[in-house]
Amino acid sequence: MVFPRNQWYVAAYGEEVGEELLARTICGEPIVFYRTGAGDAVALADRCVHRRFPLSEGHRDGDRLVCGYHGFTYEPDGRCVAVPAQTRIPRTARVPVYPVVEQDSLVWVWIGDGDADPAAIPRAPWLDAEGWVVVRGMEPLEARYELLVDNLMDLSHETYLHGGYIGTPEVAETPITTSVDEEAGVVRVSRRMKDVECPPFYANSTGIKGRIDRWQDIEYQPPCLYLLHSRIAPAGLEPAPDGDDSAAFHAEIVYGITPSTETTTFDFWMVARDFALDDPEVTTYLAESNRTVVMQDVVALNLLEKVIATEPEGYQELSINIDTGGLAARRLLQRMTDES
Amino acid sequence: MTSALLQVVWSPGSDHLTGVCHCGAEYRADGPVEVWQWLLAHPDHEASIEAGID
Repeated sequence: MVFPRNQWYVAAYGEEVGEELLARTICGEPIVFYRTGAGDAVALADRCVHRRFPLSEGHRDGDRLVCGYHGFTYEPDGRCVAVPAQTRIPRTARVPVYPVVEQDSLVWVWIGDGDADPAAIPRAPWLDAEGWVVVRGMEPLEARYELLVDNLMDLSHETYLHGGYIGTPEVAETPITTSVDEEAGVVRVSRRMKDVECPPFYANSTGIKGRIDRWQDIEYQPPCLYLLHSRIAPAGLEPAPDGDDSAAFHAEIVYGITPSTETTTFDFWMVARDFALDDPEVTTYLAESNRTVVMQDVVALNLLEKVIATEPEGYQELSINIDTGGLAARRLLQRMTDES
Repeated sequence: MTSALLQVVWSPGSDHLTGVCHCGAEYRADGPVEVWQWLLAHPDHEASIEAGID
């Protein structure tokens, strides 16, 4: 497998984990999620120890999971407490339990061994904070997660793939500044555009009629969390000297980039905004528009994955200036994979 | 304590990238592969500070 292990990954949105059993393969590991009567999210290996039948195909008995094949029954801590036709429970009858933490409306799961330190989970507080409204969805991707990372680290593609939504000519034309914090393991790519065209995505949601100053500040915390701090303001409107920027419009674009298998990915996408909070039409517009944009990426990346499958090993790609951040992200991911 | 920040700035009006190492050394390069190779060579890139393209 080619995934960084010993890492936290976004497994689901909080509301996806409930009474029903949710099966999701993450980093090649089949996992079943559910919520106990006390409200705690649980993640167990989705394989019965007996004949490997997926536990997600079974049913619940209170907080317990009952295998749908022969009735092996498991507690939320993975202990088997019942097997068919005998009272003795084999000592090895236990399924692995995955550490789970709910934070910022997301269900995070720890893939790996060692210390699953909740403090290491990156934050996206806008997703669950006063003064912000969030739209979101999840699109399964038939492509390796590295392609989604590449895609999101280079927003020049907005001009071409997402024209009419978020792309304008200036995005591809504006130079970028890239930085890597080696100790924190964070890549930042910043593109600040002054007096530029306002794309429909923001014109229709903010109500701005004229040209804008547009900031795109990417903050990628590999392997899983990608943040795009987007600032939109009428051209010339600067933040105040004390840093107050409340006259501008802010959108926090968040992605949970979760590898499922070597060539499939869970693409969790979210848009949090600090404007038009009480306007359901804006909410609907942003939800539909952003899903359209995400699906444009999905179609392109699925196509890329098919291309990769047909090409000989060792194909040499060409990298240019716009790929500076993407190359930095690849290096950190490779380092994480090598260390795990 | 030295910062571990590596920075690459796209020089305005040009196709050049300027790499700035956490040690303060700078290098101008034609592309991202070259600039990352130089940055990651720290501390062995010191002699290359002036070797970048003009």
